[in-house]
Amino acid sequence: MCLAIPACVEQLIAGDSAIVNLGGVRKEVSLALVEDIAVGDYVIVHVGFALQKLDPEEAALTLALFAEMGGASPE
Amino acid sequence: MSTVKHNYTRPLDFKQGRVDMTHGSGGRAMAQLIDELFLAAFDNEFLRQMNDQARFPAPSGRMVMSTDSHVVSPLFFPGGDIGCLSVHGTINDVAMSGAKPLYLSASFILEEGFPLADLRRIVESMAQAARDAGVPIVTGDTKVVEQGKGDGVFITTTGIGVVPNGVNISGERARPGDKILVSGMLGDHGVAVMSLRENLTFHTSIQSDTAALHGLVAAMVAAVPDIHVLRDPTRGGLATTLNEIARQSAVGMMLYENKIPIREQVKAACEFLGLDPLYVANEGKLAAICAPEDADRLLQAMRAHPLGSEAAIVGEVIEDQHHFVQMETAFGGRRVVDWLTGEQLPRIC
Amino acid sequence: MKYVDEFRDGALARNIAANIAREADPRRSYHLMEFCGGHTHAISRYGIADLLPANVRMIHGPGCPVCVLPAGRVENGIQLAQMPGLILCCYGDLLRVPAANGMSLLKAKAHGADVRMVYSSADAVKIAQENPQRQVVFFAIGFETTTPPTAVAIKQAQALDLKNFSVFCNHVLTPSAISHILQSPEIRQLGVLTLDGFIGPAHVSTVIGSRPYEYFAEEFQKPVVIAGFEPLDVMQAILMLVRQLNEGRAEVENEFSRAVTRDGNIKAQLLVAEVFELRRVFEWRGLGPVPYSALRIKSQYADYDAELRFQIPAVSIPDNRACECGAILRGVKHPRDCKLFGTVCTPDNPVGSCMVSSEGACAAHYSYGRFREKAS
Repeated sequence: MCLAIPACVEQLIAGDSAIVNLGGVRKEVSLALVEDIAVGDYVIVHVGFALQKLDPEEAALTLALFAEMGGASPE
Repeated sequence: MSTVKHNYTRPLDFKQGRVDMTHGSGGRAMAQLIDELFLAAFDNEFLRQMNDQARFPAPSGRMVMSTDSHVVSPLFFPGGDIGCLSVHGTINDVAMSGAKPLYLSASFILEEGFPLADLRRIVESMAQAARDAGVPIVTGDTKVVEQGKGDGVFITTTGIGVVPNGVNISGERARPGDKILVSGMLGDHGVAVMSLRENLTFHTSIQSDTAALHGLVAAMVAAVPDIHVLRDPTRGGLATTLNEIARQSAVGMMLYENKIPIREQVKAACEFLGLDPLYVANEGKLAAICAPEDADRLLQAMRAHPLGSEAAIVGEVIEDQHHFVQMETAFGGRRVVDWLTGEQLPRIC
Repeated sequence: MKYVDEFRDGALARNIAANIAREADPRRSYHLMEFCGGHTHAISRYGIADLLPANVRMIHGPGCPVCVLPAGRVENGIQLAQMPGLILCCYGDLLRVPAANGMSLLKAKAHGADVRMVYSSADAVKIAQENPQRQVVFFAIGFETTTPPTAVAIKQAQALDLKNFSVFCNHVLTPSAISHILQSPEIRQLGVLTLDGFIGPAHVSTVIGSRPYEYFAEEFQKPVVIAGFEPLDVMQAILMLVRQLNEGRAEVENEFSRAVTRDGNIKAQLLVAEVFELRRVFEWRGLGPVPYSALRIKSQYADYDAELRFQIPAVSIPDNRACECGAILRGVKHPRDCKLFGTVCTPDNPVGSCMVSSEGACAAHYSYGRFREKAS
């Protein structure tokens, strides 16, 4: 069950929760499964829970990979 | 000795009162409800006659009639309520034939226990919508069902109108080569309503787009009298509407994803919920299909009207014996935009 | 939408597609299985197959937890929902899965059962708090992505000392499913099914990390590339698999590096280990009984185990004889190979589970892909 979306943490609230923002839509999610989350971090949200923090450097590296020219055709 | 005031009845308690079975029984209580609430709000020459029917001279030309029942839940949502929705919905159904809407009827099924304050709010919203649209509610009915047998209130509206000469708008007139247009941003209403439903709460500033479209239609027909098809994509969204037309006209369609106007927030809300915006309901938008040489002129006419300012050409009609509605994704691949299956349930996966 | 839109860019898609086309060896074909239902959906929804050369073929694996849930467990859910006063909470996809006699949770609801769709396990706990006089059961399904949220719900219920909340646990494990496929007779016999490599699930991997896949790559000599959820991620992963196969490598690579590490989410793993333990065996729809492939609630949390609180008889409901879901789930057959596909079995009237969930191979093919066959 994989529908999960990356959203930006806007506000930390009591009860180990946060308000996240995706494209202007705000939702309350639980932080019970993650640690060291700060406002401005991006998290992957699945069924109302943040599952993992997103690494912006790795994201940039991945995007750069997409743009690379590939290797030669095989012999 | 006390004096009995002639014709005195206690006015309805709109603050604390609730609908009860006497309001539907045909007796004094019902007459009072009709008088103090419905007639007071809808007030027009027809209703003032106080008959069970409205009488008016037969309009000349081709008449159209349409009916719609409204069971939306919740009853009040950002941007509207079941009242104005029921007025707009039927005006729009009539207008989709190119007709000028003339009169509306409204019947109510009320649940025992429904607060009169909410009922008044709904009725006044209907009255306002009807006044703004210039289409009076000329006749109606009220029934009350026992508590538990109705979702607060159900409203059915019926409307009639007249189609101008030279206008032949019908779902079987789409032809290969025709262009497909939409009048603005899609998905607002469905997302606004879902934002309130139990278990799916989130904070957005999305409002329902509920609106009466007959003014926009009149402007469109004036610019392009030979519009082929008009339809408003309500339940099931644009995808369902286009599939219906494709089947009726025995054609296929090709849409371009990056041309379809959808607000960022609506896209984001759909991401959260695992919904496809093409299947989300609209209550103030229309889809139009016209000959390719008329498309630009039609688009200009739509954009010049406040309810069509974000109109766009989103695709074209093609030959296809299977009557598929297809879409070129922004990504570059192609997919089928199929009929909606069952109710659109949010995906988890 | 940041981290979403950039990963759906059409120009980058064309670049990766060109790379794949250039590097795929025309003298061979590549059969790649994507395991995650979310990937199946992405491939269909974005038309990724259109962008691949003909010799690179995607096979849909059993990564949809709705699809692999046996009809007997759905029947149990219906039985629970029909208990007087009981509220059954479940995710949306589960509502239309057919059990016995064409019954489903949605139809049971129409017949008067109190079935409520929830978006999160936390919502089910809230319903239990709001209805103290009624029993509330959360029908838990899902792979490792969805298991930690259920664990949180159980701990929450314990902290609140809720007497009326329990979980009907049907959580299953990804590595076991992959193992089962790789060990199936069709794969072991030559010529019946070629399976060259795997696209590893996106969000399951954020939880379990990339380490669990190292065993498969090593043991079965098949490359695994963990891919993110967006279409560019899937395409890049396909490119990486093509490269591995060209170079004769069988390694675990991580394309979804922005969210997946080798260790995964330890906090979530520990929580799951605290609340759940392995079942010795669990029946998967289409795959039959698979050892050590599913979880049940530990005895310390027995108070929240619906299987202990209620009489839930083990029910075995065989699939329709003509239904090919089992073979389709194992990647051995394609939806169009099934006699029922598109006629008796459609998204409106699903016979098998592959048609019910929009990630199921049959539903995805029906909604997005079937025109390709007809249009040609």
